[in-house]
Amino acid sequence: MKIAITATGPSLDDQVEARFGRAPYYLFVDPETMEVEAVQNPNVAAGGGAGIQAAQLVSERGAQLVLTGNCGPNAFRVFGAAGIRIIVGVGGTVRQAVEQFTAGTLQPTDQPNVASHYGMGGGGQGRGTGVGGGRGMGMGRNRRS
Amino acid sequence: MRLAIASGKGGTGKTTIATNLALTLADRERTVQLLDCDVEEPNCHIFLKPEIEKTEPVTVAIPEVIEGSCTGCGICGDVCEFGAIAVVKGKVLIFPELCHSCGACTLFCPEEAFTEVPRGIGVIEEGEAGKIRFIHGLLTIGELMSPAVIRGVKKAAGEADVVILDSPPGTSCPVIEAVKDADCILLVTEPTPFGLNDLELAVGMVRELHIPFAVAINRSDIGNEEVREYCNREQIEIVLEIPDDRRIAEAYSRGEMVIHALPEYQKTFEDCWTRIMDLHNHALQTGHSFGGIATEG
Repeated sequence: MKIAITATGPSLDDQVEARFGRAPYYLFVDPETMEVEAVQNPNVAAGGGAGIQAAQLVSERGAQLVLTGNCGPNAFRVFGAAGIRIIVGVGGTVRQAVEQFTAGTLQPTDQPNVASHYGMGGGGQGRGTGVGGGRGMGMGRNRRS
Repeated sequence: MRLAIASGKGGTGKTTIATNLALTLADRERTVQLLDCDVEEPNCHIFLKPEIEKTEPVTVAIPEVIEGSCTGCGICGDVCEFGAIAVVKGKVLIFPELCHSCGACTLFCPEEAFTEVPRGIGVIEEGEAGKIRFIHGLLTIGELMSPAVIRGVKKAAGEADVVILDSPPGTSCPVIEAVKDADCILLVTEPTPFGLNDLELAVGMVRELHIPFAVAINRSDIGNEEVREYCNREQIEIVLEIPDDRRIAEAYSRGEMVIHALPEYQKTFEDCWTRIMDLHNHALQTGHSFGGIATEG
């Protein structure tokens, strides 16, 4: 079994990143051996569609389960097609998140828990209590489209 | 004459100038069209109060997979510049709101497994506001492809002596779509550090497009002299200055035209137009552009 976890850094002791599509790292962890492979997210600063690209990346690397803070509808649709289960609202360190999953205290979700572009709110979101995603996508009137 | 009213900074007075200029010229018995190209938040209609006669949908082409033809090879997802296609476990997922209708997926698909279907993203409304032919576009809330709606507005426009385009603010794709085929651009700013910063960005964009331009300073008696100094240095003509007159703000807040509420400003807009036409005609005669643009040939 391979679990993908959004993370602020490349190690098991880094924090779980609340934003799925714009997480700095995806850690692929085998919960039995605690072996970890860290993949840097190439789409942190993408204009749009970051969640879709990230979900595809996670799927291509063979994860069967995703642990993260928030997941929007687009990434959720990709997970549905790929048959990947997802658990949202996860916080703490990556190691703690895996342990909680192994202990059976985390439940998969059957719907996205945030709207599109929820994680696109510039830097400096609060973190620590779990959901810290930046609101404030606003009108985006200077974005390229 | 096709004049686009644009600005780097939002809220500088583009709509006030566009609508009052259009009305001033219409009163001088020209055929005048006003195109509100700020399709995310059009507001010229609040002031000109047109009678809408015609509403047309705007559609963009979105790819659709032909069942049975797709082999799940993933080339479409690889060539999509906009992340609008994901291919997972051999299944193609299309995210229409991210699609820019570039057609790359259809072009590169080795199985010819795509067909294109129209998707509505907004409407164009046309009508009359007194002597002004009025056209604006409305992008549906939640949609992103405003340039397609702006193209629709411009396409709906017919022939006229004068076409005034009210552009969205900023310097991004929708602005470029709105201004790129104008004969001249009027960049509206205010004499503040914010106004100057965003004016410099807008000047950079307009010079890249090689379109002659001039500057209008709104609330011209506030702030500092830096915008004027910048324009002098850059050989940019200032063709309109509107003072920070509380009565203008009051008229605006009631949805009234400045030149109706305060007729003394009619001359301000007439003079502005005269100066723009002088610059334009001089440029035509001499072959030298204006706005500090280096001209070739």
